Amino acid sequence: MPESYFPILLLLLIVGALASLILYLSRIIGPHEMTDAKAQPFESGIPAATPHHGSLSIRFYIIAMIFILFDIEVVFLYPWAVLFRRLGLFGFVEVVIFLGILTVGLAYAWRKGGLEWE
Amino acid sequence: MTLSMPPIPNLHAIAPEIIVLLTSLLVLLIDLIQLRGKKGGLAFLGAAGLALAGIFSYKLLQHPLATDIPGFAVDAYAQFFKIIFCLAGLMVIGISVRYLTLEGFSLGEYYSIILLAILGQMIMASGTHLLVIYVGLELMAISLYILAGFFKHHPKSNEAAVKYFLLGSFSSGIFLYGIMMAYGLTGSLDLSVIAGKVAGAELTGLLLLAVIMMGAGFAFKIAAVPFHFWTPDVYEGSPTSVTAFMSVGPKAAAFAALIRVFSSAFGTLRVEWTTLFICLSIATMVTGNLVALRQTNIKRMLAYSSIAHAGYLMVGFVAGGELGISSMLLYLRIYAFMNIGAFGVVILLNRVGGIGDRIDDFAGLSKVSRASAFVMLVFMLSLAGIPPTAGFAGKFYIFMAAVKNGYVWLAVIGVLNSAVSAYYYLRVIMRMYMVEPGDEPVLNVSTALSAILLIAVVGIIAIGIFPGFCLDLARTSVTSIL
Amino acid sequence: MTITLEHYILLGSLLFFVGMAGFLIRRNVFLMFMCIELMMNGVNICFVSFSHYYHNLSGQVFVLFVMTVAAAEAAVGLAIILTLYRNRETLNADEFRLMKH
Repeated sequence: MPESYFPILLLLLIVGALASLILYLSRIIGPHEMTDAKAQPFESGIPAATPHHGSLSIRFYIIAMIFILFDIEVVFLYPWAVLFRRLGLFGFVEVVIFLGILTVGLAYAWRKGGLEWE
Repeated sequence: MTLSMPPIPNLHAIAPEIIVLLTSLLVLLIDLIQLRGKKGGLAFLGAAGLALAGIFSYKLLQHPLATDIPGFAVDAYAQFFKIIFCLAGLMVIGISVRYLTLEGFSLGEYYSIILLAILGQMIMASGTHLLVIYVGLELMAISLYILAGFFKHHPKSNEAAVKYFLLGSFSSGIFLYGIMMAYGLTGSLDLSVIAGKVAGAELTGLLLLAVIMMGAGFAFKIAAVPFHFWTPDVYEGSPTSVTAFMSVGPKAAAFAALIRVFSSAFGTLRVEWTTLFICLSIATMVTGNLVALRQTNIKRMLAYSSIAHAGYLMVGFVAGGELGISSMLLYLRIYAFMNIGAFGVVILLNRVGGIGDRIDDFAGLSKVSRASAFVMLVFMLSLAGIPPTAGFAGKFYIFMAAVKNGYVWLAVIGVLNSAVSAYYYLRVIMRMYMVEPGDEPVLNVSTALSAILLIAVVGIIAIGIFPGFCLDLARTSVTSIL
Repeated sequence: MTITLEHYILLGSLLFFVGMAGFLIRRNVFLMFMCIELMMNGVNICFVSFSHYYHNLSGQVFVLFVMTVAAAEAAVGLAIILTLYRNRETLNADEFRLMKH
C-alpha cells in the first residue's frame, strides 16, 4: 500500500456530507412556486410560437441511440490500431471477431427498420 | 512496462462460452431471415446450444484444463456454476415458448437475449479479474433490463423494467466505486494480486469501505435485505418466464462472483466481512419470510420467498470452508429446479390479463388437473424444506455446515425461519386440495412445459433421496478454489 | 499549489456522491438516469488518476469498458423509458405504483 489513505477517507465523508447538505438546503430554502410563466418553454424571451410536444420524430431517438452505441464501441479499435504490429495476427483475428459481433447487431437494426428515417 | 504477444488461448477451455455466444448470434440471424414465422424452432436451437454448452462444462469439470487465459479461470468451481446456468436457461426456454405465443410476444430476440444473459453469468463465474467480473455482470444486467420490459405494451412490464433498470444501474455504480477503491489501494485489478497486497497491509477504513461497497453491489443482485426493495415489484411486473429466469440465474452468478472475490481477494479480512454477512443473512431470512406471509399474489410471494432463500444461502457462505460453500452450490442447483418449476406452474395457470397470478387462482387445482396439483405440491414442499424432497437435503447440509463451523445459533435462526416459511407454502397446497374450484381454470398445457415440469420433479425427488452424487460434484468443485 | 492525486480523487468522489444524492432526491426518471451517468463518470476520473499514479494501464482500460457499458446502458435505458412514457405519459417515479398492494 503506497501510503495511509485515512485523509482521503475523511475527505470522502466530508464530501458526501457537503454534497447532500447543499442539495438538501437548495430544496428547503429555494422557493417552489410554479407559475404559468415558468411552465412555458424558454425561447430567449420570445413567446413560444409552436407547442413543444410531438415536434421530434420518434425515429430521431432510435437513430441517435444506434449512433451512440456504434460510436462508442469503436473506441476499442484505437488501442488495437496503436499496437497493430505487435499484436500481429492474433490481434487481427480478435478484432475481426469483435467487429463480426457488432455487424450482427447492425444487421439486426437494419432488418428491423431501425435505420429508416421515414 | 513490457508488452508481449499474448499466447493463443486453448479454445477448448472456453468452449461453453463460445457455443452460447454463437448460438445467440445464430438465433438472431435466423430470426432476421424469417421475420414472420413460428419461433418454436429458434427456441429449440437455443435450448440445444445450452445443452451442448452444459455438456462441455460437465466434461471440463471432470477433466479440468490448465490454461493461461489472464483473468479467466477454467476451474471446476466455475464449471459447476455454468452447468446451473445452462440448466436454468434450458428450463426457462422450455416454459417460455407457449407463454410468449399466448401473450402475443413470440419474438426471436427473446431467446437470443436469454443466451446473452447466460453468457454474462458464465463470465462472472469464471472471472478472476475485476474487469472481467464487471463486464460479465453488466452483460447479464443489461440483458435482464430488456427482458423485464419485454411485454412492451403492458404498463406493469414497463414499470418493472424502469425500476429494475434504475436501481440496477445505481447498484452497479456503487459496485464500480468499490472496484475503483480496491484498485486505488492495491494498484491492481487481479484478485490474486489484490489478495497479496491486502494481506500485507493493515486494515484501514478505506479498505473496509471498498469491501462494503463491493458487497453492496453483489447484495443487490442476490436480493439481500436491505438491498431487496426492487425485488417484489420487478418480479411481479416482469413476464412470468423472465421472473423465473431472474430468480435463479443472476442470483447464482452473483453468489459465484461473491464467493470468489471475498474468499480470494479479501480472504484475510474474513472476520470483518463475516460479521457483515451474518447481519445481512438474518435480516434477509426474517424479512423475506415475514413479508411473504401477507402476500396474495403468487409472483410476489415467490419474490419474497426468493429473498428468504438468499438468506439461507448466506448462512452457508458465513459458515464457509469446504462444507459451507459446497452446501451452497448444492442448494443453488436444487433451487434452480424448484423455483423455475414453481413459476412453470404459474405459467400453466396463466391467462391473458393477469389471471392466474393470484394465490386464490390455485383453488381446487387438484380437481381440475391432478397431475399439475401434484407437481406444484412437490415444488412447494421442496421450497419449504420438507423431506423427502431435495429442498430438505439442501437446507440440511447448509445448516449442518453452520453447526460444524461454530454458528449453531445462526443455524437455529435458519431452522425457525424455515418453519415460518412452511406456513405460506402450505397455504398454496391447502388452496389446491381443500378448496372447491371457482370459475373453471383453463390450463395452457404444452409439450415443452410438461417436459420441463417433469424434469424438475424428477430432479427434486432424485436429489432428495440420493443427494450424494450432486454433493460430491459440489465438493470437488469447491476444492478447486479453496 | 500543486495538483496531487488527492485532488483528482476528491473531484471524482465529489461527482460520484453528487450523483448518488441526486439519484436519491430526484423524482424524474430522466434526471435519475443522468445522475447514474454522473456517478460512473466520477469513478472514471478516479480510475484514470490512479492509473497515472501507479504507471499501470489497467485503470485506463477499465475506463474504456465503463464508457461502453454506460453507452449500452443508456441505449437500453432510454428505450425502456420511452416505452414507459408512451404507455403512461408521465416520468414521475412516484406515480409508478401499479404494483403497490
